[in-house]
Amino acid sequence: MRRSLAAAFALCLSAGSAHAQESIKLDVVNDALPKSLTGAPGNPDAGKKVFLTRTLGNCLACHQVTSLKSEEFHGEFGPSLDGVAGRYSEAQLRLIVADPKRIFTDTVMPAFFKNDGLSRVRPEFVGKSILSAAQVEDVVAYLKTLN
Amino acid sequence: MRSRYVGLAVAIVAVASLATPAFAQETERKGVSAPRGHVFKTIISGYQFRSKETRALQDDDLENPGFLAVERAADVWKKAEGSKGKSCMSCHGEAETSMKGVGAATPKWDDKLKRPVNIEQRINICRTEHMKAEPWKFKSQELTDMTTFVRYQSHGMPAAVKTDGPMSSWFERGKQIYYTRYGQLDLACESCHERNNGKFMRADFLSQGQTNGFPTYRLRDQRLVPLHERFEGCMFDVRAEPFKPLSDEFLALELYVAWRGIGLPVETPSVRN
Ligand code: HEC
Ligand code: HEC
Repeated sequence: MRRSLAAAFALCLSAGSAHAQESIKLDVVNDALPKSLTGAPGNPDAGKKVFLTRTLGNCLACHQVTSLKSEEFHGEFGPSLDGVAGRYSEAQLRLIVADPKRIFTDTVMPAFFKNDGLSRVRPEFVGKSILSAAQVEDVVAYLKTLN
Repeated sequence: MRSRYVGLAVAIVAVASLATPAFAQETERKGVSAPRGHVFKTIISGYQFRSKETRALQDDDLENPGFLAVERAADVWKKAEGSKGKSCMSCHGEAETSMKGVGAATPKWDDKLKRPVNIEQRINICRTEHMKAEPWKFKSQELTDMTTFVRYQSHGMPAAVKTDGPMSSWFERGKQIYYTRYGQLDLACESCHERNNGKFMRADFLSQGQTNGFPTYRLRDQRLVPLHERFEGCMFDVRAEPFKPLSDEFLALELYVAWRGIGLPVETPSVRN
């Protein structure tokens, strides 16, 4: 069963870009997001792509991952994500990707699943989150392989 | 790409001191001591963050492509334009003497306009009011050349912008903008240039975002880039709607960032990647 948020989000997407999207609401429980944003598990291979792609996650802009050594240019803003699956539960990782400021106050890491409360967003991105619900699930599935 | 590896060696030194206070990495590069109460302990030019090759290009007056602009504008300085038949020289004489120090102290307060004015704006005020000539467009080669030429007359002089008196509200506005997170990526100037200078953001090696080298010759663009275009680029990259060049917002920001670089020698025309 799809959760109401995911359903609302999907509806917005299909409504097209002419309409302002509803603001995303996250069901945070104990500093974590226990439920999948799509109702389904993500795909780690797709997640790796999102992680690396500059116009999507671009996570390597700020993080290092030893198993991705063949990729050029690992950033240094954030910690290495080696072993991150051992440090956080899936539910915690989901919130860290969706809205890290709820956990790391004042972090420079962007919220990847948030579409309001931002300042002077370029028109083409207004009302949109950086990643879709499915892309967040894919990235979380990929992070779970980093143990 | 080569530049990345040159910087990497420096960065590794910085990483070794990860647990030490935020600006420990500054001591690895040459800079000037900041006055008390400043945000940095050491104020460092963007020059120090660039590769050996890029720095060598800046240091060689014959090879530095920015000097072509200085030469072009030196001719335009003497050329009469507009219905009054005047040139810059008609009012200011030799730029080497009359413009010395100007570029180190801008933006400057204008008593008549009751606002700070930067070099681009001053040039266009002179053109429209004193020469009765058309103002030059922002980003035009003419305006960027002349801005470079004027600023070059302060080459090596320490940045010494005034921020008190009537400037203080502009300074505060600039500071507020500097610390505000903008765009879908929700990042402030501070996120990159204060907290993370000396670190890589993927292939980009972050400096303190100082303004002492502007207009700067960007190898990527193969031309001189004026300061407000750099501000626009930084905002655009975080997916923000940039303020307009020469807007009050960018002027306030220019003033505030100039203060963050107080004491740095003017490097115009600098070379950056
Ligand atoms: C602009 C920089 C930036 C980007 C882009 C970024 N992060 Fe982060 N991330 C950080 C920083 C900085 C931290 C450390 C938290 C803090 O600020 O205290 C962090 C922390 C984390 C953590 C917790 C690590 C730990 O060991 O505590 C995870 C997991 C994470 N990020 C995943 C991601 C993923 C996945 C992406 C891309 C979808 C991403 N990050 C993109 C900067 C970034
Ligand atoms: C997401 C990161 C990021 C943010 C946010 C950012 N910048 Fe930058 N900025 C860069 C990068 C990368 C460069 C090129 C490398 C360098 O000099 O740091 C740069 C360069 C600059 C330079 C040129 C420095 C030189 O020596 O040539 C200035 C000035 C500057 N930024 C000012 C700003 C201001 C003001 C803001 C806020 C409006 C800002 N930046 C926001 C990433 C950023």
